[in-house]
Amino acid sequence: MKKSKILMIIGSFLLLGLFVFPLWNITLEAPQYPIPLGMNIHINKFTDMNEFDIKNINLMNHYVGMQYIPETIPEFKIFPVVIGIMSILGMLIGFIGKHKWFLGWFILMSVLGIAGMYDFYLWEYDYGHNLDPKAIMKFTNPDGSIMGFQPPLLGSKDILNFTAHSYPMTGAWFMFTGMLMTFIAFLVGKKEAKQRINDEERT
Amino acid sequence: MKTIFKSIFLFLITTTFIVSCAPSEKKGNSNKGAIAGNAAEKVYVAPGEHDSHYAFISGGFSGQLSVYGLPSGRLFRVIPVFSQDPEKGYGYSEETKPMLMTSHGFIPWGDSHHPDISQTNGSVDGRWVFINENNTPRIARISLETFETEEIIEIPNSAGNHSSSYVTENSEYVVAGTRFAIPYPQKDMPISEMKGNFKGALSFLKIDQETGHMNIDFQIMMPGFNYDKAHPGRNKSSDWFFFTTYNTEESHTLMEVNASQNDKDYIAAINWKKIAEYVANGGGKKVPANYAHNIWDDDKHMATTTMKKEVLIVEPKEVPGAIYFLPTAKSPHGCDVDPTGEYIIGSGKLAASMTIHSFSKMIKAIEDKAFDGDAYGIPIIKYEAVNYGAVAPGAGLGPLHTEFDSRGNAYTTFFISSEVVKWNIKDLKVVDRHPVYYSVGHLMIPGGNSRTPDDKYLVAMNKITKDRYLPTGPEVCQSAQLFDISGDKMELLLDFPTIGEPHYAAGIAAEKIASKSKKIFRLADNTHPYAVKSEAETRVVREGKNVHIYMSMIRSHFSPDNIEGVKVGDKVYFHVTNLEQDYDVPHGIAMIGANTSELLVMPGRTTTFTWEPKQVGVWPFYCTDFCSALHQEMQGYVRVSAKGSNVPISYTLDGDIPGKEDDL
Repeated sequence: MKKSKILMIIGSFLLLGLFVFPLWNITLEAPQYPIPLGMNIHINKFTDMNEFDIKNINLMNHYVGMQYIPETIPEFKIFPVVIGIMSILGMLIGFIGKHKWFLGWFILMSVLGIAGMYDFYLWEYDYGHNLDPKAIMKFTNPDGSIMGFQPPLLGSKDILNFTAHSYPMTGAWFMFTGMLMTFIAFLVGKKEAKQRINDEERT
Repeated sequence: MKTIFKSIFLFLITTTFIVSCAPSEKKGNSNKGAIAGNAAEKVYVAPGEHDSHYAFISGGFSGQLSVYGLPSGRLFRVIPVFSQDPEKGYGYSEETKPMLMTSHGFIPWGDSHHPDISQTNGSVDGRWVFINENNTPRIARISLETFETEEIIEIPNSAGNHSSSYVTENSEYVVAGTRFAIPYPQKDMPISEMKGNFKGALSFLKIDQETGHMNIDFQIMMPGFNYDKAHPGRNKSSDWFFFTTYNTEESHTLMEVNASQNDKDYIAAINWKKIAEYVANGGGKKVPANYAHNIWDDDKHMATTTMKKEVLIVEPKEVPGAIYFLPTAKSPHGCDVDPTGEYIIGSGKLAASMTIHSFSKMIKAIEDKAFDGDAYGIPIIKYEAVNYGAVAPGAGLGPLHTEFDSRGNAYTTFFISSEVVKWNIKDLKVVDRHPVYYSVGHLMIPGGNSRTPDDKYLVAMNKITKDRYLPTGPEVCQSAQLFDISGDKMELLLDFPTIGEPHYAAGIAAEKIASKSKKIFRLADNTHPYAVKSEAETRVVREGKNVHIYMSMIRSHFSPDNIEGVKVGDKVYFHVTNLEQDYDVPHGIAMIGANTSELLVMPGRTTTFTWEPKQVGVWPFYCTDFCSALHQEMQGYVRVSAKGSNVPISYTLDGDIPGKEDDL
């Protein structure tokens, strides 16, 4: 089998890692939490980094009027289907072996990924800004507007006494690696195609 | 009369010795020694750093067990065991009251003595600590996951439970010996007829290896001597248990004199394996008894008391070849066995020398029947046939207790001459000595009574402190002194005060315990009949005169927090569940006018106190443990109406029945 096809198939297959490993992690550090509080985001659920972390994050956040992290969100129904289809689709394209389709798959996946991140951002924004008007503690920004507590999309940020970290987890690295492989599959496939044309011209 | 004069004379000589020798040595060692040896650095545990060892130090007449860190000497926790502790609600809450039940009813106080850590293969394993209560004989077992008392069993047919609570090499048994001989069975008789009629029961409690639960397997009904201290054999002598005796005179009055007449008392050597086999094969006789067995359940979060009605008695003569007496210099206190199991050391507290017996000589003497008569049918082994030697006169005065390092040295406390003496077990020569301040009782080397001493530190526990600390009126603290024993010379590092009287201690490397220390109780596992798992389950139920409040606590409110319909004359049960599942977030609760202590409720636990309101009004309750930034707001009200009033029971949180809104 051609190298590009193998890369494409394995790359798409790696997406399935998202069914096993968490996609993203948000960790909250504070002096009185020597073991930080953290939440793992999977494509189908939220889980505690350490047992009861989500419950304890909710308890912390209720002081500033933030809502509880929901048991489930609609995305948890959609994400597994999308990832499943994309993975199978990628592997099929890999077997067929047309390198231009590889690029097409890669672009589609990137668009879906960006859409996913945007969706995540919207949820984070709502989570950080849709505050209970009866909040125990109300904080304002220097300009007088109500302070929000939105965790960063990617990176670290100080929020009151907490430092919030938001970073991709194992599942995401599987996806990134897989996607990178499919892009490489496209480049290799292109080269292979050129080679084939050259070979045909020579003969 | 003559003996009284003799005693006074001896006392005067002793006092002179202390006065003339001790102060001059004190200056040299406690001040210069500390600086020269850089002691401060050796005990400094930087902020945020951890100690290397746990020390479990008896609280003596406080009835409790204290937990210190070594080498810092910092007090971490006082574990309530035999006494009520209002700080923790222990012995006050409905759930913990059964822990203090006895055949004499509820007893709010105890006299705790000798903590000993469970062992596996002769090494301390950090599963449990056992500790005895001297006054109303009991043995307690403390979990080293929760650092809470999990079990207390009363010892029948015993008084002055002092030669206790030592464990065998694989924690098969923990023993409880009688210090004050008493009639068996108890009866109304003239005290003067004690001799020959009193008995000293030695109880062997079998330990369930899974649960740790104790059960009196058998009691050996020994002659009516006083059984003072005990130690299981180690290694080659591990089938045996050794008990020191005093008052072999069997006197019953002015005992300081009359119990101190015999030049030699005994160490009782008991082949417990042999007797355990005898019992396992149906030996012994079951007799009626009445004693309390109190067990704590970590899922139900409550203790239950079972009154046991029977105990198995073994008379020494039933098991020939299992029990012998070893003559030992005068009124021995400590009874200690070195890590090899060969040397049995009796610290004759009224003698100037220590008796060292040899286990292999003992076995040979038994084979050769080298006996010197018997006491109540128990063979007395000839002194010469069992004795290995004595630590020379002049080693010190009033030896009490010996522990060991792994390099063949023994460390003995001398009460009268106020010092710790290090000596070589083989050649019985004194290697080093160091004064202590003052009047040392016991000492502790982590694992120092096991096969495998962890011998960097030694803690001496002193009965008297006088001028060692800032004065605090007539009552001053007792104290511990920490020595570094890793070198040739013992180096005094630190003084630190203790709670109650530090009778005895047990130590263990921190890593054997720290990692398995429990952080929270899982709410999901809570099977307390009055537990609530969420605010939606909180409620108030009237059952006649009894009002049961199913209450929850979580940062930073109670649910419900407004309760009406309670009447004067009711008995109100606050069943309070801490819904937190986060480490180190206990909540407390106290009710104005409640004739009990506060409750301190750990995450996931349910605890109950009762309140019988006597006056109409609106009465507040509040959280007693600073739990969060909103701790001050964690409070609520109970409306109390007059007897016969028709105010219905109602309960709310934020104006609604709890659970209407989101909750955790």
